[in-house]
Amino acid sequence: MSQVKENLIYSKEHEWVQVLDDDTVRIGISDFAQDQLGEIVFLELPEVDSEVEAHTSIGSVESVKAVSDLYCPVSGVVTKVNELLVDSPEVINDDPFGEGWMFEVKLSNLDELKELLSADQYKEFIEGE
Amino acid sequence: MIKQKEKALIFEMSRPGRAAYDLPDCDVPETKLEELIPSHLIRQTPAELPEVSELDLMRHYTELSNRNHGIDSGFYPLGSCTMKYNPKINEDVARYPGFAKIHPYQSEETVQGALEVLYNLQTELAEITGMDEVTLQPAAGAQGEWSALMMIRAYHESRGENRTKVIVPDSAHGTNPASAAVAGLDTITIPSDEHGLVDVEELKKAVGPDTAALMLTNPNTLGLFEEHIVEIAKVVHEAGGLLYYDGANANAILGITRPGDMGFDVVHLNLHKTFTGPHGGGGPGAGPVGVKKILAPFLPRPQVVKVGDHFKLNHDIPQSIGRVKAFFGNFGILLRAFVYIRSNGPDGLLKVSQDAVLNANYMMRKLQPYFDLPYDRVCKHEFVLSGRRQKKLGVRTLDIAKRLLDFGFHPPTIYFPLIVEECMMIEPTETESKETLDAFINTMIQIAKEAEESPEIVLEAPHDTVVSRLDEVSAARKPILRYTPNHEASANPSNKETVKA
Amino acid sequence: MNFRYLPMTEEDQKEMLQFLGISSVDELFADIPDEIKLNRRLQIPEALSEPEAVKYFSRLAKKNVNSDDYIYFLGAGIYDHYIPSTVNHVISRSEFYTAYTPYQPEISQGELQAIFEFQTMICELTGMDAANSSMYDGPTALAEAANLACGVTRKKKVVISKAVHPQSRAILQVNANGQGYDVVEVDIKNGLTDLEALDQAVDQDTAAVIVQYPNFLGSIEDLAAIEKIAHKHKGLFVVSSNPLSLGVLKPPGEFAADIVVGEAQPFGIPMQFGGPSCGYFAVRNKYMRKIPGRIVGQTTDEDGKRGFVLTLQAREQHIRREKATSNICSNQALNALAASVAMTALGKRGVQEVAIQNIQKAHYAKQAINQLEGYEVVFDAPTFNEFVIKAPKPVSEINSALLKRGIVGGYDLGRDYKELSQHILLAVTEARTKEEIDLLVQGLGEI
Repeated sequence: MSQVKENLIYSKEHEWVQVLDDDTVRIGISDFAQDQLGEIVFLELPEVDSEVEAHTSIGSVESVKAVSDLYCPVSGVVTKVNELLVDSPEVINDDPFGEGWMFEVKLSNLDELKELLSADQYKEFIEGE
Repeated sequence: MIKQKEKALIFEMSRPGRAAYDLPDCDVPETKLEELIPSHLIRQTPAELPEVSELDLMRHYTELSNRNHGIDSGFYPLGSCTMKYNPKINEDVARYPGFAKIHPYQSEETVQGALEVLYNLQTELAEITGMDEVTLQPAAGAQGEWSALMMIRAYHESRGENRTKVIVPDSAHGTNPASAAVAGLDTITIPSDEHGLVDVEELKKAVGPDTAALMLTNPNTLGLFEEHIVEIAKVVHEAGGLLYYDGANANAILGITRPGDMGFDVVHLNLHKTFTGPHGGGGPGAGPVGVKKILAPFLPRPQVVKVGDHFKLNHDIPQSIGRVKAFFGNFGILLRAFVYIRSNGPDGLLKVSQDAVLNANYMMRKLQPYFDLPYDRVCKHEFVLSGRRQKKLGVRTLDIAKRLLDFGFHPPTIYFPLIVEECMMIEPTETESKETLDAFINTMIQIAKEAEESPEIVLEAPHDTVVSRLDEVSAARKPILRYTPNHEASANPSNKETVKA
Repeated sequence: MNFRYLPMTEEDQKEMLQFLGISSVDELFADIPDEIKLNRRLQIPEALSEPEAVKYFSRLAKKNVNSDDYIYFLGAGIYDHYIPSTVNHVISRSEFYTAYTPYQPEISQGELQAIFEFQTMICELTGMDAANSSMYDGPTALAEAANLACGVTRKKKVVISKAVHPQSRAILQVNANGQGYDVVEVDIKNGLTDLEALDQAVDQDTAAVIVQYPNFLGSIEDLAAIEKIAHKHKGLFVVSSNPLSLGVLKPPGEFAADIVVGEAQPFGIPMQFGGPSCGYFAVRNKYMRKIPGRIVGQTTDEDGKRGFVLTLQAREQHIRREKATSNICSNQALNALAASVAMTALGKRGVQEVAIQNIQKAHYAKQAINQLEGYEVVFDAPTFNEFVIKAPKPVSEINSALLKRGIVGGYDLGRDYKELSQHILLAVTEARTKEEIDLLVQGLGEI
């Protein structure tokens, strides 16, 4: 059974969102998502300063047998990406909620956070998958 | 177990000064290179190609061939790939100077023999598939699919219709949706029913005024004949769409039924499968496309035509989608397929499919007690088993495949189609003897028993191949796609010499 | 008559039917509705026994003029070159030619290693970081490069020189129609891409600039100048190149090309009416994971031993399905093997020597024809093994006359370029001797 971390919010595309301060969030993929993908070999992340729109594909996560689009759950501007993942994408498998975070976004629409799932809702959601 | 040695790369065998070629000295008066080519366009560092003698070269490639399994090495029941025997006369004919040493831009009157081959092949493939016209240009099945979809698009556009949706069943080859995407069309996937066939009710829901085509393999990738094909064709045609036949599995139907008679409007064939162009380790292949009259105006240019006793190229196809492949497609492969068709004739081709289907059914029923058979009905030239019973014992289909290597068999296609758990797709073909089929059956039964009694034998397989299981994760994480000499070698001044004129 | 490829005896069939509990093979086809059964024999010619087939096909082959009996000065994308004897011996080993794509690496190390070596040789010649296992041919490889460029830049315009092979441009246009991008063609000036026109054509929306090196007219483009224009607006610089010429010419990789494609036919692959040949596709590291088709990578087995696998497969059509950017499944593995053997046979020195002989012999022919009355070498750009001459008569007339002298003449450029009617593209490879070139010159002079 995959882990769902409390005090994070989730998207139906299996990203987690951590609110860092008033308008900045950190984003990664859930334990469930990394488990489904298998051993991750490559990651395509958005560039810093690029504008992102909620629910559009902004990169991809690649394992040996699958490529999955990476969807941004919120809109805004990318402020930081996790450079560690460029050379060590396996960190996502080992620690999806911690070291395996992917990028940070300065939000342009705070209301979008309300549309995301709570940890309990997400738990229910993946049980149905 | 004997530990096999690593095989050296050809670059590691290289020694400065050795050569495996011999050219006559240049017999024309020479001009200094610098006077002919501007200096900034002249190469300064030579390409590090290997330097070996002719014997070094032959030993290297002979050793590589010994580390490779082909149909001539042993049974190769790779589902949907039709790994049948490749007749040797095909290879001989393809090497005749009159076929191998001709240029595609020669004038028509100097290549009448080659054009005759192409014309007759077009005609005979049209008869075999029940189509009106055939283009031989596409280089492979995937290119045939794409060319056909481009024709379908052009057809709808010519009628002023905007149809952009291609329907495929969930058992389809992954290439079908990919081909649709590169033809600028969208894919709708419909689920199969519990018998592994197209769910006609789902199809009815999916078709509409935006339907461009339904792509179907028949028999499908489960090896099952779509017995409702007539109704399926009616549903698609009534919605204004066209029917596309993926000919990957044509080995089951030669002389028995034809896509054209089933209601298909367009078909591609994989000549390297059904018609024995060798697979070549992954190619070259050939993927001709046959069409009904309604699509003929959109065929790629040029077509080979016969005028009186002469064969000519017809470039005058005003609504043509254009050119999809240089020259005349993969002539050498087309030629081999033509030799095969002529060597078999109508009776031979019919027997090919009859034997292929009998072999597959025999094998399926022999293996049924030992593996799960997800679709229990008569199959065509191939069938699928599921390894879920073995999976419960901790042995996966991948392990079974690797264990087969220990017995000198190439494993079946595995994990495809995606709709069957732990799938094994087995295609014995018609060119294998009953003894070979029985040997494979017995081995599969033995592996099923091993999975129960001593799974570690299966899990640790293969045991005596030149390498054991390879680390695909590292290969994809930190790709090494070329040989790079070590640093000492690259610091060697001999690598810094310049090109000498 | 025997069905020599079909081992099933009557006895075998009886046993198998009995096991299945049926009386006839027809019962296995009962699921095919009667209304769509053929119920007649296929109307194709009766089977030929092997000796009959040999006779029939020998007779057909003899109807074709071929390079064993005629002297070829025809090129335009497919060339008559020296093929080392070793090539045919290696590719005739059935462990190679009767295998399929190496899905099971443990029993396909031979093929995988050979392809890994091919990829390395292509990288060496082109000066690029990574190459794939081959493509259908040079022209389709070029179209795939354009598709890739549009994909990564998310731009919708490709600028291509008219000095690129006309068939490559034709195929590119069909690809562009499929994927929905525009192709802009740039004119030729003195046998080379018109740099001013190129500069005007390239803008913010340009995904790629594509040129050929040496170009279709045989001239060697100045890649240094073109690269500046190509990269001005962050488009990709794509070069289609004859790999044999790179024995002498500075490789496109040294001019910061992003993608290099081309046709490996000059290495060990017979002309065979134009196919199958062998396209190659090489990129900078940045685009490594975007390459279409199959790629072989090095790795290790459980004992730490070096081995090879198909890698970066997740981006391939069978996994990406409708999200794939290319639908290519196969490659031209056997022809890539032929090219590898030829490149190995020639080796580091041979590839230079052959390339230089092409230049020298073509230059000799060019000079000699230029002195003939009525003929003129029209462009002064540097050339590799092809050049353009203006003829005093229609090209078809000249070629018919040459054919009577045992010579297959050059390519009629009027077929593709209105302004070049009565212009011939002649190819002179290392396979031509001085005597043969002199025969051509004499022939042209006397027509």
